[in-house]
Amino acid sequence: MNLIASYQEAHAAGSAECGGKAAALGFLQFNGFTVPEGLCLTCRAYRDYIGGTGLGERIMMELNRKPMDKMRWEEVWDAALRIRNMFLRTPLPQELARSLTPLIEEHFGNRPVAVRSSAPGEDSGSGSFAGLHASFVNISGTEAILEHVRLVWASLWSDAALMYRKELKLDVFSASMAVIIQELVHGSVSGVAFSIDPAGGDNAVIEAVYGLNQGLVDGTVQPDRWKVSRKRPLRLEHYPVPRGSMLVPVPGGVRCVPLPPEAAARPPLDDAQVGAVFDQCLSLEKLAGTPQDMEWTINDAGAVVLLQARPITTTGSDPDDKRVWYRSLSRTFENLKKLRERIEKEIVPGMLQDASQMARLALRELNDQVLAAEIEHRNEVYQKWIKVYWDDLIPFAHGVRLFGQYYNDIVHPENPYEFVDLLGSRDFQSLNRNQKLEELASIIRQDEKLMNSLQQGGEYELFQAFSGKLAQFIEEYGDLTSPLLRRASGLSAGMRKLLLEMASRPERKRHVTEEDVSRLTARFAMQVTPEQLPQAMEMLELARVSYRLRDDDNVYLHGVEAQLNAAMLEGQRRLRDPARELTAEQICALLCGREKPEAESAPEHSMAVFTEQKPQSGISVTARQLTGQPSSPGLATGRARVITCHEDLAGFCNGDILVCDAISPTMTFVVPLAGAIVERRGGMLIHGAIIAREYGIPCVTGVEDAVSEIKDGANLTVDGFLGIVRVD
Amino acid sequence: MPEDHNQLREIAALLASQKLCVLATADEGVPYTSIVAFAETADLHRLLFVTTRQTRKFRNISGNSNVALLIDNRTNTEEDLHNAAAVTAAGTVQEIDKDAQPECSSVFLDKHPYLQDFLAAPTTALVALDVRSYIWVDHFQHVVQYDLPA
Repeated sequence: MNLIASYQEAHAAGSAECGGKAAALGFLQFNGFTVPEGLCLTCRAYRDYIGGTGLGERIMMELNRKPMDKMRWEEVWDAALRIRNMFLRTPLPQELARSLTPLIEEHFGNRPVAVRSSAPGEDSGSGSFAGLHASFVNISGTEAILEHVRLVWASLWSDAALMYRKELKLDVFSASMAVIIQELVHGSVSGVAFSIDPAGGDNAVIEAVYGLNQGLVDGTVQPDRWKVSRKRPLRLEHYPVPRGSMLVPVPGGVRCVPLPPEAAARPPLDDAQVGAVFDQCLSLEKLAGTPQDMEWTINDAGAVVLLQARPITTTGSDPDDKRVWYRSLSRTFENLKKLRERIEKEIVPGMLQDASQMARLALRELNDQVLAAEIEHRNEVYQKWIKVYWDDLIPFAHGVRLFGQYYNDIVHPENPYEFVDLLGSRDFQSLNRNQKLEELASIIRQDEKLMNSLQQGGEYELFQAFSGKLAQFIEEYGDLTSPLLRRASGLSAGMRKLLLEMASRPERKRHVTEEDVSRLTARFAMQVTPEQLPQAMEMLELARVSYRLRDDDNVYLHGVEAQLNAAMLEGQRRLRDPARELTAEQICALLCGREKPEAESAPEHSMAVFTEQKPQSGISVTARQLTGQPSSPGLATGRARVITCHEDLAGFCNGDILVCDAISPTMTFVVPLAGAIVERRGGMLIHGAIIAREYGIPCVTGVEDAVSEIKDGANLTVDGFLGIVRVD
Repeated sequence: MPEDHNQLREIAALLASQKLCVLATADEGVPYTSIVAFAETADLHRLLFVTTRQTRKFRNISGNSNVALLIDNRTNTEEDLHNAAAVTAAGTVQEIDKDAQPECSSVFLDKHPYLQDFLAAPTTALVALDVRSYIWVDHFQHVVQYDLPA
């Protein structure tokens, strides 16, 4: 097969070499439909590229760090980001570039084009990848086209595509990709059409938006919708929507802009145009022999141009169509902006208000029945916020990911995580809390008498600078070393040890300074074009909020949890039950004089982060070298401190290596003491990784079985450059 | 073999899939490597190989019984970097009296029937490595050590 095929050659060659989309365009063209002029880069070009550059094996090494089924979604996303960066930074081999450049140059010159994926199997009836592989609109010039071809190739390895292929039990590793390059049709109105409603019924469905079709496909612009009877005379049912924006070409890409008022007041299609689109869709169905899903646009001459067509993959509502879920793994900028508003205006103030309202209640003054009702109420409030946390706050982390991809596309950095350094973290709640701890430690460090007194378990109340600040700290954050964050007055043994340990070493300063952040931001601004600058800065700002909330949301949620804990503690105190494991429900029942119910299993969205150790067998198994993700650079050696429950944190000494299943923000107070962090849960944007980078501590995440295979007290060497943990 | 150890099963499968391995010996601290045919006992506690007594490897193990064997499934392609697994078996060797312990010869010949004449020669020694530990490497850098009970 040649490197380049016409649509009709693609149709003749079939999906295996040219992908379903290119083959379908050949079929449409052959049958007299109007399609945008263009050509297909065959799968051979992809193979020549990954074979000729060694990229194929680099991808395999990246994806074989550990078995795919043991990778969390975040780890798959990280791997996909690294792979995407490999594509961005690896130019075409000279011979391939020499073959392709003149052909593309001759065909398109400087005309704007769309660069679209056309992977084998992508649009088959059984497993459609619609929306999972990338397409780019409004790209001009051979160099830019070839760069975007590489990005389309890279999308074969996006997180969603990888996980979807795994779900369909397709061979993840043998995937290949053809690419369509086609002239851009500046459609004033575009849309999709289904010759039969995929959600059921016997009507056809047409959806239309002003501007480019991408706005509809990626969910940025809500479409007007028509149901059309399949028999004549056509009956139309119109479902209008509030029309506010459209996607238009801007230099180097597309942009969502407000719709002019006269357009907003009028549906994008009149009845005759709906009929024209429907006619095309129905004649296509007749030719193809199966119901069709097509994307179309109306060109300047008023003709319907078909951008692509494929068999409808689901007729009738299919609850198992997981594509929707995989597509939801990425969010558009517009979607995230709306989410940000909701989080900042409703969610965070709501959590803070609930927590402070509960804190005002004097629990000791309540009788047992009222206390039981209060515990129940607090438990409901807490469960409500946990749900919000999963539904809204976790998806908001996509703001960081969206910016990361944008940054890498522009800068092509050697380190695909360079963008994280631009995000800064000066306002992180947990880091501010740690700073206050450092200040307390600093008072001890400078006052020998106070230190001696604390070391001997003696008084500290006379040291007013210290005791005043300590009281403030406990009031605000509680006793960090107690799992229930007790707000008891005075210094617990755990806090005493923690502060002495921190005082025993020089103050740990934050690694990333505000000057660093400003310098990197300025450098980034220099690398975007003046047209791109406003959007670039808007995305950076959104990413910063997303990054901060990634950490802070846990602190806010914990504030609510602490109120529940306080009420439960009061309940337990009255029951004089030494058992620490009573649930809220059990405490309520006992307070009201009922029998203790059986504890239910952990709720679906449990916040528990500790896991049990695996039982050991006769053979001694010792991890010698474990691999994970390099999440914060640096090299450190020290004693492993394996954390399996909150109490383990109390024994944490300066220089110890924190080994745990997953760091929660309630554990991060020991991080300034840690020599390095090793975590089972994987990802570059998890709390452990964020806070490790902040302090300049080496960190390796995604180390499978870290807690069970690393023994407490073992001597560890953590290589945060390569993601390797050596056990001696 | 304890059934609850998946990884030992992986080691057993790797050993069963390979006929040759690399033997590392030392002569007063100077390392020396050779390729030998090996066979493993069912409990994986012992690996057997044969050599004539005139060889440098036999001289080395006579002076220093601490040796290591490397068994791997490389295919000499770039895919090895993500696909290959290797295990090092470390322990001490001793020569087996072929007449007194015919079961050891059987284990070896079951895997290498074509070496029957070579094994039977009076100049050939049947050597057993009593494995103290297996060190397993896969996924490029992932290393786990299995210490067997003495």
